[in-house]
Amino acid sequence: MSALTEAPPAADLPVRKASVRKRLVPYWLLVPGLLWLIVFFALPMVYQASTSVQTGSLEKGFQVTWHFQTYWDAFKEYYPQFVRSLLYAGTATLLCLLLGYPLAYLIAFKAGRWRNVILVLVIAPFFTSFLIRTLAWKTILADGGPVVHALNSLHVLDVTSWLGWTEGNRVLATPMAVVCGLTYNFLPFMILPLYTSLERIDSRLHEAAGDLYATPATTFRKVTFPLSMPGVVSGTLLTFIPASGDYVNAELLGSTDQKMVGNVIQSQFLRVLDYPTAAALSFILMAIVLVMVTVYIRRAGTEDLV
Amino acid sequence: MRWLRRNVIVIAGLATLAYLILPNVVVMVFSFNKPNGRFNYSWTRFSTDAWQDPCGVADMCGSLSLSLQIATWATVGATVLGTMIAFALVRYRFRARGAINSLIFLPMAMPEVVMAASLLTLFLNLGAQLGFWTILIAHIMFCLSFVVTAVKARVMSMDPRLEEAARDLYAGPVQTFVRVTLPIAAPGIVAGALLAFALSFDDFIITNFNAGSTVTFPMFVWGSAQRGTPVQINVIGTAMFVIAVVVVVAGQLVANRRGNSAKA
Repeated sequence: MSALTEAPPAADLPVRKASVRKRLVPYWLLVPGLLWLIVFFALPMVYQASTSVQTGSLEKGFQVTWHFQTYWDAFKEYYPQFVRSLLYAGTATLLCLLLGYPLAYLIAFKAGRWRNVILVLVIAPFFTSFLIRTLAWKTILADGGPVVHALNSLHVLDVTSWLGWTEGNRVLATPMAVVCGLTYNFLPFMILPLYTSLERIDSRLHEAAGDLYATPATTFRKVTFPLSMPGVVSGTLLTFIPASGDYVNAELLGSTDQKMVGNVIQSQFLRVLDYPTAAALSFILMAIVLVMVTVYIRRAGTEDLV
Repeated sequence: MRWLRRNVIVIAGLATLAYLILPNVVVMVFSFNKPNGRFNYSWTRFSTDAWQDPCGVADMCGSLSLSLQIATWATVGATVLGTMIAFALVRYRFRARGAINSLIFLPMAMPEVVMAASLLTLFLNLGAQLGFWTILIAHIMFCLSFVVTAVKARVMSMDPRLEEAARDLYAGPVQTFVRVTLPIAAPGIVAGALLAFALSFDDFIITNFNAGSTVTFPMFVWGSAQRGTPVQINVIGTAMFVIAVVVVVAGQLVANRRGNSAKA
């Protein structure tokens, strides 16, 4: 690759001039896109940081007063929503992994000529607006609907109510509905990376494990799963991060008792118009997510994510 | 029993697939419903009214066409900018590569609500008029990283010797790029563009913050969850699902045929 990019040996002036121009090529390629990201991604973060230490009101205007108290007050008031967000997002991520792994495995190793059909069925729902699909869960989980009826007659709802996941004879407007919606919405983000990393595994490794008298379970534990780790890591990140900031599922499927931190940020920004508190909340969320992600990546020991 | 044990993965996988498809089936079925009242959440009776009059709801098709326009421009912008970045990152060595890589990775590793809120503080501070342009700017911003990742993956697996060969055969730099580089990179670019289109068309959170009073299709659906959901929403959802399946399947068939003719 370096042979391509290196300039030819400079013999005389014109060639050297061309090589200078050539050396600038990557910068011309980078500048427009990077400028976009700096102006509309990085700079806004700075603005938000400054907003979070302002005080004032909408009528009188906001002033930077380095009022860091906002952070503490916001966290103190809304820590239940933070805890709930992380709990819901974590549970949904775990469920996505448990549900997504068999499907990814099926597509990678067992689907044969059905592989493309199943892949299309995993990707195609993306094109029906996710809001429409989330609203469909309202129909599926409706109080008198078949799902609730079945869960009720199997006494599942008794158990989940006892655990605090549902309330009485309903699923809608309970934590279970929100987690179900989150799991559903982010499942493809788990399946696709899992599938990509499973597909890369050389099937001869499975044969070799079998030849060495490994049971299917041992083969999975010692060969398949470790080799799929890059997919597991990027899948869990792609699920957990957006789920922790989501407010759509909690709004449409939960009740007012199940507000997540995304709902709080949204209402502070767009309804209450308390910009400093909203900015502080979103920075706290960002900090928590970045710390968790960094620790997780260190633990999982994979650097090649992008 | 043994059969069950042997096929446990297949059964579990198909169960997950059913979980994924179920809402689409419900959307499809309820597009033939005739609801009692404003909400289309429970089955009343069969009717094709909504299919005969898909734009019969005030403002819905307007929001749909606005979303299509924004998605198209966001796709063009993000694909052009993203492809340029991807080529620069894979093909050239320069300083600050690490920093640039993190700048591209961060938008994907950030909860959407954080990006949405910070972009809103920028627009508020600049006194920008929220609407079409702020939505477009935001969409290009968050689609960019995904395009870079998709194109990068493809360009990385390209054999640079093909371009060297073209040059040895006296192709100029422009000719090499148009005749050799671009066709090889095309699948990555197309994948990135499709991803950008889907992400932009479906985006709600960032649009919700930066749209002002402009209503895109996802915002229309969101509003309808409070005001009443017309059956036409299900019609649009079903149509999009069917179109997506047809496009993907047709693409597969074309790719297969091309592969076969190349072999023959």
